Amino acid sequence: MRFKAMTAIAALVAAPLTVMAGPDDDELVINGEINIVTKTAAPAHLDGALPEIYSGWRFRSDETQALEMDDFENPGMVAVDAAREVWDKVDGSEGKACASCHDAVEDSMVGVRAVYPKWNETAGEVRTLETQINDCRTNRMGAEAWKYTSGGMTAMVALISLQSRGMPVNVAIDGPAQATWEQGKEMYYTRYGQLELSCANCHEDNYGNMIRADHLSQGQINGFPAYRLKNTKLNSVHDRFKGCIRDTRAETFKPGSSEFVALELYVASRGNGLSVEGPSVRN
Amino acid sequence: MKLTTLTLAAALIGGAAWAGETAPKDVVFAEGGAVESSLSGAPGDASNGAMIVGSKKHGNCVACHQVSALADVPFHGEIGPSLDGAGDRWTEAELRGLVANAKLTFEGSMMPSFYKVDGYVRPGDAYTGDAAPENLPPLLSAQEIEDVVAFLATLKE
Ligand code: HEC
Ligand code: HEC
Ligand code: HEC
Repeated sequence: MRFKAMTAIAALVAAPLTVMAGPDDDELVINGEINIVTKTAAPAHLDGALPEIYSGWRFRSDETQALEMDDFENPGMVAVDAAREVWDKVDGSEGKACASCHDAVEDSMVGVRAVYPKWNETAGEVRTLETQINDCRTNRMGAEAWKYTSGGMTAMVALISLQSRGMPVNVAIDGPAQATWEQGKEMYYTRYGQLELSCANCHEDNYGNMIRADHLSQGQINGFPAYRLKNTKLNSVHDRFKGCIRDTRAETFKPGSSEFVALELYVASRGNGLSVEGPSVRN
Repeated sequence: MKLTTLTLAAALIGGAAWAGETAPKDVVFAEGGAVESSLSGAPGDASNGAMIVGSKKHGNCVACHQVSALADVPFHGEIGPSLDGAGDRWTEAELRGLVANAKLTFEGSMMPSFYKVDGYVRPGDAYTGDAAPENLPPLLSAQEIEDVVAFLATLKE
């Protein structure tokens, strides 16, 4: 209700303006009960590069924002419901389902999204949720790997993310993960492609500004997977990275590549302190 | 006549595409980034320049700049300064250098270099996400740069 009233006032006041400025002051509460931190102090490792960090939700229109405030309105929840069934479904030569080992997703996966990508000691590498899921499928279930950005994979990541909603993103960047984090950081500031644009050019130096018809956010990934109204499906982090790099007229990296895993760790760390939000809704 | 001679010379050297055109790697930038003479060897067409500045498929300059003269084109960005009055602030040579390679006018500028073919990190084939072809063309041709410069020169307060 408060939201509706604000929308009406904003429409009256802002009607003649064409330019938007900065993130807005709206607060995100999902289903009237899950408080989501969409603005907070920047993590220390950013060293002042951003005064404050904001979820991409703060940069979207009131209409798009509203879709994420209620799971009955959130179009990303359809895929989550489908993944719930897959969770219990036996697949592969070992006759197991995810539930065979992990029991109820609502219990076993609480807090998992918040700390991924994460160093895996056995594998000796930083892993994303997608890599970890495929490891379980191929090595423990005897099932086929899912394609990295496939609908089924992204839906499963969304189901797992949902269990951490409202918890602060808190990926580790030191210890064995540090070298990967440094690689991701270097990528973030590299000016790729024929347009010679870095992630930082758009999402650090110009968030809040319009680039043609798009209102630039800080490019945070706390809301992923993100349901995009533009392509009407859940989008994985690496899908989004691929799109942004392609838009600099560059040769992209492959989803699931070691480069994108490193970039994901770094970008996730820029959002340490924001709430896990996924599945979010964006345009 | 002069044109014919030049064409011949160019053909002999085997470089430039046509008469009087300066290839991207041969452009001479003055101190401060200006480029004195026409890149195509011909004058620019301001109305085609206006199209290039506003069109997403061409220069797409309005992605970053506001231009009051192009008010009919929807959605102007706010990354760079408004181009209104650019024709008062800059000479034609300065504008040519700015569009060809803005980084020589403003160090580290976010503005892309529109007449450059090398020195990129992972250049792509337009917006396909694939690797660039071997002979990557510049973002704008020599004549397109001249057309844009002619249009910018008309932007007076
Ligand atoms: C030319 C500008 C540009 C560059 C360069 C760019 N992006 Fe983006 N990015 C956008 C736009 C426009 C959007 C959609 C609006 C928004 O959320 O900012 C976007 C959205 C995103 C989002 C989604 C945010 C959300 O809340 O859903 C992420 C994540 C992202 N970008 C990451 C990156 C990374 C990482 C890089 C570098 C590899 C990068 N971007 C480079 C323009 C850019
Ligand atoms: C046969 C047992 C088994 C099955 C079946 C299984 N997993 Fe796992 N899973 C594990 C074990 C054991 C680990 C811990 C691995 C490690 O830390 O190296 C794990 C770890 C994970 C993690 C990381 C958790 C964390 O805290 O880091 C995720 C996410 C995950 N599994 C998802 C799935 C999904 C989704 C499925 C079904 C598609 C599945 N698993 C099926 C045994 C299983
Ligand atoms: C990705 C963003 C971007 C694009 C695209 C872009 N510019 Fe720029 N431009 C800038 C920025 C930023 C500046 C300010 C210089 C600086 O500080 O780096 C600038 C400066 C300028 C200036 C000098 C401004 C003044 O009047 O003082 C001109 C002229 C100009 N640009 C023209 C163009 C033209 C013409 C195009 C297209 C062919 C274009 N720009 C495309 C970002 C851009």
